[in-house]
Amino acid sequence: MRLTQGTFSFLPDFTDEDIRLQAQYAIDQGWAVSVEYTDDPHPKNSYWEMWGHPMFDNPDAAAVVFEVNECRKEHGGKYIRVIAFDSTPGWESIRMSFIANRPAEEPGFKLIRQECEGRTVRYTIQSYASDRPEGHRYA
Amino acid sequence: MNKMTDAKTVTGAKRYAAGVMKYAQMGYWEPDYVPKDTDVIALFRITPQDGVDAIEAAAAVAGESSTATWTVVWTDRLTACDKYRAKAYRVDPVPNAEGEYFAYIAYDLDLFEEGSIANLTASIIGNVFGFKPLKALRLEDMRLPVAYIKTFQGPATGIVVERERLNCYGRPLLGATVKPKLGLSGRNYGRVVYEALKGGLDFTKDDENINSQPFMHWRDRFLYCMEAVNRASAATGEVKGTYLNVTAGTMEEMYERAEFAKSLGSVIIMIDLVIGYTAIQSMAKWARDNDMILHLHRAGHSTYTRQRSHGVSFRVIAKWMRLAGVDHLHAGTVVGKLEGDPATTKGYYDIFREEYNPMALENGIFFDQDWASLNKMMPVASGGIHAGQMHQLLTYLGEDVVLQFGGGTIGHPHGIAAGATANRVALEAMVYARNAGRDIWNEGPDILRDAAKTCTPLEQALEVWKDVTFDYASTDAPDFAPTPEVSA
Repeated sequence: MRLTQGTFSFLPDFTDEDIRLQAQYAIDQGWAVSVEYTDDPHPKNSYWEMWGHPMFDNPDAAAVVFEVNECRKEHGGKYIRVIAFDSTPGWESIRMSFIANRPAEEPGFKLIRQECEGRTVRYTIQSYASDRPEGHRYA
Repeated sequence: MNKMTDAKTVTGAKRYAAGVMKYAQMGYWEPDYVPKDTDVIALFRITPQDGVDAIEAAAAVAGESSTATWTVVWTDRLTACDKYRAKAYRVDPVPNAEGEYFAYIAYDLDLFEEGSIANLTASIIGNVFGFKPLKALRLEDMRLPVAYIKTFQGPATGIVVERERLNCYGRPLLGATVKPKLGLSGRNYGRVVYEALKGGLDFTKDDENINSQPFMHWRDRFLYCMEAVNRASAATGEVKGTYLNVTAGTMEEMYERAEFAKSLGSVIIMIDLVIGYTAIQSMAKWARDNDMILHLHRAGHSTYTRQRSHGVSFRVIAKWMRLAGVDHLHAGTVVGKLEGDPATTKGYYDIFREEYNPMALENGIFFDQDWASLNKMMPVASGGIHAGQMHQLLTYLGEDVVLQFGGGTIGHPHGIAAGATANRVALEAMVYARNAGRDIWNEGPDILRDAAKTCTPLEQALEVWKDVTFDYASTDAPDFAPTPEVSA
């Protein structure tokens, strides 16, 4: 399967130049860009691991590309995303989030059905990869 | 042209002599009145009957929407009646509209119960709309004071938290209304939901008149839809939702349906405007209490919003709904099959999404409006739109909007999932191009064609709907053209 979280997952995988262009747009909006990675891509996993702090005072997206590539050296077999934070009143949240790196193989998610009273079924979504311990999910 | 006579308020004992007196003489016309920051202000478009003085008509609207009746009553004198009288303070002829006038009327805050749209509207659009001396009356806009706004909950979730819950940022959300809107069984209905969500949409939607009919009872729909939502979520790793319409004949029934939707794990429920303001506020409170996004379908609004001379402008309905506390509301597409010219629609979108609306006559916004940190509402664009218009939609409507392609998804020649994928690819490609600095308004068709080179479903969609546009004159355009900036 292909994990399609993020702003641009239906486009071909991003090159460094794609990452730079989109990160520069975020920087030009006044947003702080940040790099995060995870091996637990459950849709409700809010907190991916932070690859350093958001780059609050960085004017140049080349630095974002550099950090993505540094992150790849250690976590290239995991998901890496670039996110942009907007601190203006009324937002104070993420304004953009796109996947910059994904594992070579994405096993996807298992849908667990628990039959309940009447015809009700409770559904649980579980990543096949997260059956394995943290750090060993994508070989 | 009707006359405009500047009548003087009668004071002292003469004011309360039994009998009939002009509204403008009773204190409902105060041309020197300066509205207080805490006043509610309403702007009406009035069309007096032939021969009726425009100022007297404005004073009558102020009177009939506040304290007056048709004759003098001595019991006024038991009250602080000067305070409770609404005051018409300005009357302007409408540009290029013979016989129509804009009347500005100020209401003291104490005339209204806190946190109640029902109470606000019972005054402002109550008896007054049937008043005989007027041919027609339209509520064009309102200025809601911060002191009053702070008595309302506002959108249960708001754009920011909705995006956080959906884990979706940086692009419009994508949806589709299940079609045909009537007749599908629960099982078949869920199929459409599954295909559309798996193909790339964030949301699917019940239509306004899907409640619980012989061909599909509501529990069946909810159960099959939630199976579809969960399967699509597992297939994509995304949070998915379907607006389960809980509209029903009683509040008890709506609460029961909403509770069932919650128990099945739905992120969103839906109601129709026709359930009424109090029911909407009740559901908004329920939604806030139960972590639920609340979608409002504006079923019925065109009966009173569409004609320029009579009714209530949609911009006022939008303001009331932001107070009432819904998260989603349909607001027009500009380019689709339903009413909405670009300038007026921009006014609506600003009311939904901004912290502060400056006066913008060219967009139909007559007052500065401070929203006092009330959550933002997500506008929904729906009705006759397709992937080939993506550059126009993104330009007109921006990023914080749900674009709903019903026919434009389900009508795809290669199936529903292909239709969904076409829309998602077109959208992401257009956002990418905009962010990369391209001129999407002019280069949009090229951008779509390029994206279609690696996406067959998009290529097919562009071919099928290449010539579809809905280009008709608008019935509700702004009265004022943009004025050029004066520079020193």
